[in-house]
Amino acid sequence: MVATVFLFYVFSFVAIASAFMVIAARNPVHSVLFLILAFVNAAGLFMLLGAEFLAMILVVVYVGAVAVLFLFVVMMLDVDFTVLKQGFLQYLPLGATVGAIVLIELILVVGGWTIEPATVTPRAAPIASNITNTAALGRILYTQYVYFFQAAGFILLTAMIGSIVLTLRSRRGVKRQSIDAQNLRDRKVAVQLRKVPSRAGL
Amino acid sequence: MTDGASVSLWLKLLESVVFAALVLIYVAYILYADRKIWAAVQLRRGPNVVGPWGLLQSFADFAKFALKEPIIPAGANKGVFLLAPVVTGTLAISAFAVIPVNFGWAVANLNVGVLYLFAISSLGVYGVIMAGWASNSKYPFLSALRSAAQMVSYEVSIGFVLVTVLLCAGSLNLTDIVMAQDSGLGLVGWYWLPLLPMFVIFFISALAETNRSPFDLVEAESELVAGFMTEYSATPYVLFMLGEYVAIVSMCAIMSILFLGGWLSPIPFAPFTWVPGVIWFVLKTSFMFFLIAMVKAFVPRYRYDQLMRLGWKVFLPISLVYVVIVAGFLEITGMGGHLH
Repeated sequence: MVATVFLFYVFSFVAIASAFMVIAARNPVHSVLFLILAFVNAAGLFMLLGAEFLAMILVVVYVGAVAVLFLFVVMMLDVDFTVLKQGFLQYLPLGATVGAIVLIELILVVGGWTIEPATVTPRAAPIASNITNTAALGRILYTQYVYFFQAAGFILLTAMIGSIVLTLRSRRGVKRQSIDAQNLRDRKVAVQLRKVPSRAGL
Repeated sequence: MTDGASVSLWLKLLESVVFAALVLIYVAYILYADRKIWAAVQLRRGPNVVGPWGLLQSFADFAKFALKEPIIPAGANKGVFLLAPVVTGTLAISAFAVIPVNFGWAVANLNVGVLYLFAISSLGVYGVIMAGWASNSKYPFLSALRSAAQMVSYEVSIGFVLVTVLLCAGSLNLTDIVMAQDSGLGLVGWYWLPLLPMFVIFFISALAETNRSPFDLVEAESELVAGFMTEYSATPYVLFMLGEYVAIVSMCAIMSILFLGGWLSPIPFAPFTWVPGVIWFVLKTSFMFFLIAMVKAFVPRYRYDQLMRLGWKVFLPISLVYVVIVAGFLEITGMGGHLH
């Protein structure tokens, strides 16, 4: 029990500290690396809650794929910090106003938020001990919420097609390798036997 | 905390340290075997000076690197530069936490063991990207970009291969996956036979995922010097080298668990079943490594666009179709009863 509590504090502290460092770090690449650290610690917290499937999916999807692309983009961009910092004071009043409004709205919304007592009980009910976390999630996702699941899949597919359409350039005059054509070549097409007369050449 | 719990915690720690040490010693001999096999294919002798038959070569190499001075380039981002090899080494060795070498012989018998391994292997790309960026040099950076695209591409088909195995076994637990292959038929009852196309795809994707020849474009010496390792020396370099080989060995171990029945005996009757499971497991893992070493010796390096084509246009459709076929077969024959 002591170990669990200790781990909880370690994961939470590192997660919060690295989340802070994401916005505090000067170098954008460092920011992304801190973001990854925050993800990993959030996965650790999931693990402590017994949500092992969610923890692993968080690492596979967010850390293993999404953050790699982030890092990719940030590394490729040549960010000039002096240019970035130039208008800072000029825009500060506007930014501060917007931030304050959002903060006040959030406080108003969250402050007036009560959870219906009837919903707390089923939410806190643990899944049956004889089925694993993964099986329980799968059952709910593929039976009760299968249409939402499908809809989410379609939205992602549309997004994927959209990004391909936006970035696809078909250039003309580019020589491409056709592996099928290469594999279909046989001896008849590729080799020609000729009787070469001496001192004449072809 | 009760006394019993604290004792078991320390025992677990001891177990992890001993297991990690054994894995590292095994990897030292895997390195030696790799060089010997490569040499034999090219009719050379390979390492044969340090110790009898050169058996202590890896340890001598390690001592040499450990005693050298680590050099950090002036333009490098020092923190990230030193963090990258640590990330690679730690991730590679932590994959072994869930690998069962015999029934019940796993440091952690995780219910989501397969996902854990998948997560760890998808994190492997960070060591390479961080090293490539932090070196502040052209070749390492190009190598990092190549590696990121390559590893992300091949993870997709690895994921689908894992899905087919999970469908057959009905569990994400590695021990359960091995036990599901124990059909009393021995060798022919394991998943490599019904899932042969997936086994081949997994084998080739594992080569790409660990940046192993013929997909070692990340460190293609004729184009990129030594890739992301160009600026590294001494101990940080050793960590990269070690991490790479530990990752290869863990891929071999995963293949022997998913497709070759883990610690099960290939011939299911008396004299063979007396052999301890861990010996079968090590033999299978070594056999998979032998195949990987032979591929390195035989196959010329791929071109980068061909690598991408293979991953996205060949492996992805085949594995996707096979997932559907396996799922349909299990549903129709009722063999997937455990899934309901």
